[in-house]
Amino acid sequence: MQTYSALQLLRRAFGGHQSWEPLWRQPALKPAYDVVIIGGGGHGLATAYYLAKEHGITNVAVLEKGWIGGGNTGRNTTIIRSNYLFDESAALYDHAVKLWDDLSQALNYNVMYSARGVMMLAHTVHDVQSAKRHIHANRLNGVDNEWLDPEACKAFCPELNISDNIRYPIMGGALQRRGGTARHDAVAWGYARAADAMGVDIIQNCEVTAIRRDATGAIEAVETTKGTVKTRKVGVVAAGHTSVVMSMADVRMPLESYPLQALVSEPVKPTFTCVVMSNTIHAYISQSDKGELVIGAGTDAYTSYSQRGALHITEHTLDAICELFPMFRRMRMLRNWGGIVDVTPDRSPILSKTAVPGLFVNCGWGTGGFKATPGSGNVFAHTIATGEPHRINAPFTLDRFRDGTLIDEAAAAAVAH
Amino acid sequence: MLIIRCPICGDRPELEFRYGGEGHVARPAATEALDDQTVADRLYMRTNPKGLTVERWRHVHGCGRFFNAVRDTVSDFFVTTYKAGEPRPDLDALKKEAVR
Ligand SMILES: Cc1cc2nc3c(=O)[nH]c(=O)nc-3n(C[C@H](O)[C@H](O)[C@H](O)COP(=O)(O)OP(=O)(O)OC[C@H]3O[C@@H](n4cnc5c(N)ncnc54)[C@H](O)[C@@H]3O)c2cc1C
Ligand SMILES: [Zn+2]
Repeated sequence: MQTYSALQLLRRAFGGHQSWEPLWRQPALKPAYDVVIIGGGGHGLATAYYLAKEHGITNVAVLEKGWIGGGNTGRNTTIIRSNYLFDESAALYDHAVKLWDDLSQALNYNVMYSARGVMMLAHTVHDVQSAKRHIHANRLNGVDNEWLDPEACKAFCPELNISDNIRYPIMGGALQRRGGTARHDAVAWGYARAADAMGVDIIQNCEVTAIRRDATGAIEAVETTKGTVKTRKVGVVAAGHTSVVMSMADVRMPLESYPLQALVSEPVKPTFTCVVMSNTIHAYISQSDKGELVIGAGTDAYTSYSQRGALHITEHTLDAICELFPMFRRMRMLRNWGGIVDVTPDRSPILSKTAVPGLFVNCGWGTGGFKATPGSGNVFAHTIATGEPHRINAPFTLDRFRDGTLIDEAAAAAVAH
Repeated sequence: MLIIRCPICGDRPELEFRYGGEGHVARPAATEALDDQTVADRLYMRTNPKGLTVERWRHVHGCGRFFNAVRDTVSDFFVTTYKAGEPRPDLDALKKEAVR
């Protein structure tokens, strides 16, 4: 694999940068693999990477119906944080934050992880109590999170309007300094390149259309638009389409798929150096390295696979942005889009074996799974390789909905997150 | 914003309605005798189809009534709406009609 370094950049400059090789091969689909991953988003590609890297399983195919990273991975607002309430969640998301730390070095690919701090605003007494409860719980779990009064919020983010005469005045905020952002495409491409170099086949434009099981009910093969592939192990990592794919194996899922929207402004000079979120008035914002303000809105009220969202949802978010950051009122919005997010009843993900031998599923990340990409791939690879969950994902089973052991981050945050 | 036909009030904007999730998920009788999986199926497991879905809506800012709808989750097009208590329509027949 060609490596990236300042020296390489200089060397290839002499050839007018014509000599760079493609990041990954375009292999033909083989008739059989040890493991087939359905879904070439960040989580699926990371799973393949860790299967090869940590478990020596390299006869792996990642099947993607479109182009890699074209799902929610390439549509998200890239906020990374780990300040979740429950012990199980804190362990899972913090595992990811630790991996983000040196991911660019590990992959030899710049994923532009920037720990610029994520501040979550409180506008009501309930928000304040909930934020403080999170802070205490986080600290007990070794996850950094601190309370800022309104003046400290303003010092951290000077653009913020902390006056009393707005509809939802700011009563303070919770700041996770290790939180931040990363470049979404680079995460998909970095994992794809590194997995490919270890022998993983990345097959794009290859939609899985059926899952075949043998007489005992175990996984036998998958049918795709490029032909049949034999395999004994399938990992479904299909985000908003998980219910559709799992129904091919007759497994019902506790999921609903909703459109979630984001938008970007025209690019401007660097002005906004942190990430600010407000769950109560449904807005989150950061500035990309290209200069666009990246703004996230809420989900639509109804399930849909349309990859669009309604205009009144984005309007609602922009109302909030204009109130919190009056200096952005005249910014023009350049593009908006939607992704389809897979939402569980307790707003916690599922990384689990299933009742079907050989079938594993990684889903339910809903509106907030980008931040978990490295950790999710890491523990899911362990689950597929060994047939048993890693200590960290052991609580995130599909059976928890039967056994009543929910990890209810939905109730904890009182909003989608 | 969708235009939704309340079977009682007629066409109204989506903002007047509240979404009610998958339709015809009946509460089983004698819940105390049910096993855990049956309870989980009713509480949490959802069809979540890509294509025609049967779902509940409530006209909260209108007549206040619950009703059912058949909607295509790819186009968000409402195929039909009908009053609560009426039987679940035959989706295959509706699909054929949509093709025509
Ligand atoms: C607008 C928006 C903003 C968001 N903001 C944030 C944020 O700030 N922070 C955060 O942490 N998270 C955020 N998220 C959530 C985050 O994007 C997702 O949780 C995460 O990216 C999911 O990654 P994935 O790899 O599981 O899914 P995806 O990237 O969606 O990958 C799944 C892939 O499966 C493929 N697939 C589906 N069906 C098939 C099939 N039958 N055959 C083959 N392939 C198939 C799809 O084409 C897709 O590429 C946001 C999401 C959206 C939509
Ligand atoms: Zn009505």
